[in-house]
Amino acid sequence: MAVLEVKNIEKHFGDTKVLNDISFSLERGSALAIIGSSGSGKTTLLRCLNFLEKPDGGEIFVNGEKIFDAGDTSKLSEKELRARRLHFGLVFQNFNLFPQYTALQNVTLAEELFKKEEEGYAAGNKEYRKAELKKVQQHGMELLEKMGLAERANHYPHQLSGGQQQRVAIARALALNPDILLFDEPTSALDPELTGEVLKVIRSLADQHTTMIIVTHEMAFARDVADSVIFMDGGYIIEQGPAKEVIENPKMERTKQFLSHYNE
Amino acid sequence: MQKFLEQWPTVFNALNIGFLQTLKLFAVTLIGALPLGLLICFGTMSKIKPVSMILKLVVWVVRGTPLMIQLLIIYYFPGLIFGTSIWGSGEAGRFTASAVAFVFNYACYFSEIYRGGIAAVPIGQREAGLVLGMTKKQIFGRITLLQMIKRIVPPISNEVITLVKDTSLARIIALQEIIWAGQSFLKGSHGIAGEIWPLFFTAIYYLLFTGVLTILLGKLEKKLEFFR
Repeated sequence: MAVLEVKNIEKHFGDTKVLNDISFSLERGSALAIIGSSGSGKTTLLRCLNFLEKPDGGEIFVNGEKIFDAGDTSKLSEKELRARRLHFGLVFQNFNLFPQYTALQNVTLAEELFKKEEEGYAAGNKEYRKAELKKVQQHGMELLEKMGLAERANHYPHQLSGGQQQRVAIARALALNPDILLFDEPTSALDPELTGEVLKVIRSLADQHTTMIIVTHEMAFARDVADSVIFMDGGYIIEQGPAKEVIENPKMERTKQFLSHYNE
Repeated sequence: MQKFLEQWPTVFNALNIGFLQTLKLFAVTLIGALPLGLLICFGTMSKIKPVSMILKLVVWVVRGTPLMIQLLIIYYFPGLIFGTSIWGSGEAGRFTASAVAFVFNYACYFSEIYRGGIAAVPIGQREAGLVLGMTKKQIFGRITLLQMIKRIVPPISNEVITLVKDTSLARIIALQEIIWAGQSFLKGSHGIAGEIWPLFFTAIYYLLFTGVLTILLGKLEKKLEFFR
């Protein structure tokens, strides 16, 4: 069954339509790359999935459960909205790490807050709470180790390189075990030297069958790592299909035109 | 010199009592205005239009008129209208009126500084909190607040130093702060009259106090340098 199903998503800012009739689905354990020129709506699409933007039309299903329906005007409670958001983890283009927290604290902050909201935590004694928080710390360390950053755990973001910061951000997005990990041009703010280390991490996540959607300008990477590709232009999906097929043999004229810029 | 040494204990004692009143007004103003400023700041950013409009108007009026006039109006106006002062009589009444005027005036200045501080925190910080399932309250308390504080410490420090000296404006409604105490030896008090030096000497108190504050605020600024 598809872990994510997006049906006829629409979004406009004033009179400008930025997303038109966007529909696609994603299988558990697969990676989807979204490509297209700047302003084609890729980032807005990601932002609609976790409600940083509210779509004006369409429906979104995760694991068969409807998490968004534009036709339903009843207002969600903050609690419900938060719960639905957590289906997704998001890695930002400019990292957005919290500067006042160390790498490890960045990763553990949200999990710690959720832990403290649990009924069992509030009822538990001091030792129990300590042990629970220790578990959160350990989980954070495991994630940083996975990113090859264990020895940087106590560094503040400004003491880390861009590539390291982005890997911390990936660990942070993984901390709450989202169903789907979203990447919004994860390497666009990095110089080529640092791009490699971030792509390597994403590639290893794909190898471990992490379900993810990657908005990217790295065509070779999209071709090699993603299972499927969506090409967007002017707020429309122009072409979608298996990654290799779409990128090597695009059918639509507009896709060919776009991809030709990468072969020069 | 002989005269000075004779007058010194009396003057020193009187100035200390006056300075205590200055310190009290300073402390009460900060304790009241720092949180009230944050409330006004949230109010001016409120989505409820009438609330934000009225508060912006209030901030404009308070920042746009002299604190001395505000002191006079707050102290005397209720008396003119109701026929009786609402502040109570004597020094305690004058202090209450001064505190109200100062807290309100400084809260308006602080609210604008807070607003700038909040606006300077990148929107991505809030979004990062949202996608991690944090509540609005958690985002403000855990993410925005400290980043805002770091940005507002220098401008707030400026205001705090200004406040030390602004407390002397309360002299206009005869609050017995240090300027009043120094001036009393000009008119005649404690058997000393026609002496100007006690008034000049008050400057030393302000200078020492702002010196101490400058060092403390500098330390706070340093403390927040662990992140960027």
